[in-house]
Amino acid sequence: MADMTPEAAWAAAMAYKNRPNPYPFFDELRKTPVVHVGGGLYVVTGYRELLALAHDPRISSDTRRLKARRDGVEGNVSEYGEHGTMINSDPPEHDRMRRQAMRHFGPPDSPYVIADMEPLIQKLCNDSLDKIKASGKRRFDVVDDYGYPVPVAVICKLLGVPMEDEPKFHVWVHDFMAGIMDVGPDMNTEEGKARHERGVTSAEAFANYTAGLIQGYLKKPTDCMFSKLVNEDGPDGPMSVREANINANLLLIAGHDSTVNTISNCVMCMLRTPGCLELLKSRPDLIPGAIEEALRMQASVQFFPSRSATHDIEIGGTVIPKGSPVHLMYGAANRDPLRFPNPNTFDPARQDNQHFGWGSGIHTCFGGPLARLEVNIAFETFLRRVENPRLVCDPPPYRQSNVFRGPEHLLIDVDGIRN
Amino acid sequence: MSTSALVADAVSSFKANGRIVIVGASLAGLRAAEALRDEGFAGKLTLIGDEKREPYDRPPLSKQVLKGWVPADHTMLPRSREIDAEWHLGIAATGLDRKTKNVRLANGDLIPYDRLLIATGVRSRPWFNKEEAKLKGLFTIRTSDDAEALQKALAAKPKRVLIIGAGFIGSEMASVCRELKLEVTVAERADAPLIGALGGVIGKIAAEMQRDHGVDLRTGVSVEKLEGDAARHVRRAKLSDGTTLDVDVVVASLGSLRNVEWLEGAGLATGFWGVGCDAGCRAFDINGVVTDSIFVAGDIARAPHVLYEYQFMSAEHWDNAVIGARVAAHNMVSLEPDRRPHLLVPQFWSGQFGVNIKGTGVQSFGDEVVITQGSVKERRFAAAYGKRGRIVGAVTFNHGKWLEYYTALIEKSAPFPPPSPGYDVPTDTKPVPAEFPDVRAPTELPTVVLTGHDPTDRGAAFAPARRR
Amino acid sequence: MRIVFDLNRCLGYAQCIPLAPDVLKLNGEEAVMYDPNPDDSQRQGVLRAAASCPVQAIMVDFADNGKETKS
Repeated sequence: MADMTPEAAWAAAMAYKNRPNPYPFFDELRKTPVVHVGGGLYVVTGYRELLALAHDPRISSDTRRLKARRDGVEGNVSEYGEHGTMINSDPPEHDRMRRQAMRHFGPPDSPYVIADMEPLIQKLCNDSLDKIKASGKRRFDVVDDYGYPVPVAVICKLLGVPMEDEPKFHVWVHDFMAGIMDVGPDMNTEEGKARHERGVTSAEAFANYTAGLIQGYLKKPTDCMFSKLVNEDGPDGPMSVREANINANLLLIAGHDSTVNTISNCVMCMLRTPGCLELLKSRPDLIPGAIEEALRMQASVQFFPSRSATHDIEIGGTVIPKGSPVHLMYGAANRDPLRFPNPNTFDPARQDNQHFGWGSGIHTCFGGPLARLEVNIAFETFLRRVENPRLVCDPPPYRQSNVFRGPEHLLIDVDGIRN
Repeated sequence: MSTSALVADAVSSFKANGRIVIVGASLAGLRAAEALRDEGFAGKLTLIGDEKREPYDRPPLSKQVLKGWVPADHTMLPRSREIDAEWHLGIAATGLDRKTKNVRLANGDLIPYDRLLIATGVRSRPWFNKEEAKLKGLFTIRTSDDAEALQKALAAKPKRVLIIGAGFIGSEMASVCRELKLEVTVAERADAPLIGALGGVIGKIAAEMQRDHGVDLRTGVSVEKLEGDAARHVRRAKLSDGTTLDVDVVVASLGSLRNVEWLEGAGLATGFWGVGCDAGCRAFDINGVVTDSIFVAGDIARAPHVLYEYQFMSAEHWDNAVIGARVAAHNMVSLEPDRRPHLLVPQFWSGQFGVNIKGTGVQSFGDEVVITQGSVKERRFAAAYGKRGRIVGAVTFNHGKWLEYYTALIEKSAPFPPPSPGYDVPTDTKPVPAEFPDVRAPTELPTVVLTGHDPTDRGAAFAPARRR
Repeated sequence: MRIVFDLNRCLGYAQCIPLAPDVLKLNGEEAVMYDPNPDDSQRQGVLRAAASCPVQAIMVDFADNGKETKS
């Protein structure tokens, strides 16, 4: 394509019409791996540069720094709350909150919580496929019929969110993703502004909902993560109610939404690659690596727009001025040819695959091990039971969000579902 | 034929028909063998190791093995591929004849080579008193056999363990003792644990960590005498502070001796600090002439490092063995201009007292230290070391995700002190003298040492500790 | 099985441990401790754990990987 300005390449990469394939525009942007794209915003699409900045203590994730700016900044994430969750805070608060949450979720204090969920995950996967089998339909949606039900049930069980509330919060999450977790020039249209309004309203309702759950657990403690967060003691103490309210919100959304995208992306990448289905069926030991490769190709969180520079930072032939918002573009850097040979090829046996699909640095995905367990089991079960799956429509229709990017629906035709 | 064609011919001919002998069948030896096959070397490959076991990993020996979680013979190293080599295990190399190009084994066998890799590593420095060294219950730790014996001794619930030397390994063992709820005394001649590697300022923090976990830490103290019972089992230790301890298990963690004895008479640049080689792993001879056919990798190598004034660096580090082995292997089957340098910013890790200590660079090259991020009190922080306004090293305590930022600064010889972070700024950010001990003072031997500019090691200044 | 961690590469992300908690443990908040020669029954968890490492610090023996022999 003809040379584009960084502004134009950024706008094209973020535009909904390019949601199925923004990568050529990322390649264009990557000609300058750290580049100003207008409005004071810097985006990082080079692998080496992203790796360096993700470990640079002069890069802040505290969105209060962005709120201080008023000029042309895509600061849509302030709706995560005044004080800050794990995702939009810095050390020492970030580190402390992460420890407080991890105490009930993973090592060193709770190393078996995730592994203990394996039977439930397996059952949910089988139940979803049994349901499809019982319906007799030969065409189903990997998102709505398989990819979505499993993670949402798992996270509700873990956190202590009643499944009967799912129809309610499903709508709030959808509006939040579509109206707040979408950045770029589309948001400046009438349609975009309306979407944003709806997103703000839904986010508020959702925040009140999770706060209500926390309140309930303060009164009646139970054996679930939301309850333990505010009731159980530890070296850092229980989480304060205020912090628990907003972190609960984060854990519920982040705890299932991107997992859905990952499951769909695994199936999509596999079915797009001739011979891959047969390879993975005959070599199930390749499945964990194939999942990572799917995340490299199609990062479920393409970037998270919380970061800014606290000092002038010289990198990639540029100086990022102090105070600038900085987006670390995981999805783009994952395709950097300087780091990954044949970057646009899905290679399930790819070696040395240190990708950014889970982020990088201290904010690396908190729920990663749980998500991986879910996706491993979901993908294995799919391969074992679904007969001759074929993509119906490629590219599939995409969700609105360019941050939490994934297929809205992924229709496949099958010959049947094995027992 | 052009020179480049001659060179290409020589290389491919060697790759097809050459004979390579690797003396030393542990981490460096194994990784070199794998790398040689990866490079397309198809000739005869021989590995010689004085231990009977297949190559195994040593770091777990002072941690999960000692704790009793994992058996001592349970740390076999994974391999990346088939090697197709002739193995001589349980047989030491006792001599090197460079004229006839043979390695002599303890059983008299001669192993011929076209190119040789020396990877014989180090052994534990034994207890200085030969009679006392024979006491039962007195241990050093290097091999899996050592670890097995010590693991058994700790599992028998001794009343008190005495660890002599508070370097990384000594400190790790003290930590394991406390996890096993054993009473443990640590005797360290210098003013603080880890002082040779990290200096007194950080050493003070390490000392607090030990005491916080109930270690009876005695600094500035040496062990003058060990006494045994009628069954010749160690029972008492007399310390230089005038006290006598009742002890059932004594571990001498006094540092390492390079296994260079077998190279005596071979005319190579060998000495206390190992075998001198160039930055491409080729050994120097005793006159400072680089050899063509002898290479060195692992704990036993000392090579010039561009970031440290080209001083010869000796590094007992895991990645030095792995990466040095790979570079040596590549260079063994290459000629100019395809040879590569082994230039690694040294890194280490040590898990002790619930803290993951990680380091990058050569901390002891610096004279100042500054806490750059986090909280010393909480044992979660990063610190940088500087020399003449440039950063030369860094260390993190439970703050490892930030370490590579400092590695990048070291590689660039960036200014010291480094820019302050955007958050979690420590209360005191003024650089202070790092308090490294005088190189002539008695202390544990640090794991990375800069030994001057003499390739042949004769000028390397080390004065063995004078006993008080 | 044979595994080894490159503990210099390891930064304590601990993405691996919950996938094979019998074999991998966290000592304190950052130091991983592991069984270098786990039983074959742990294979699936170990392979999942190895794939999960963001810095690819876990090496698994080629014979355990089900890969073709490189020779």
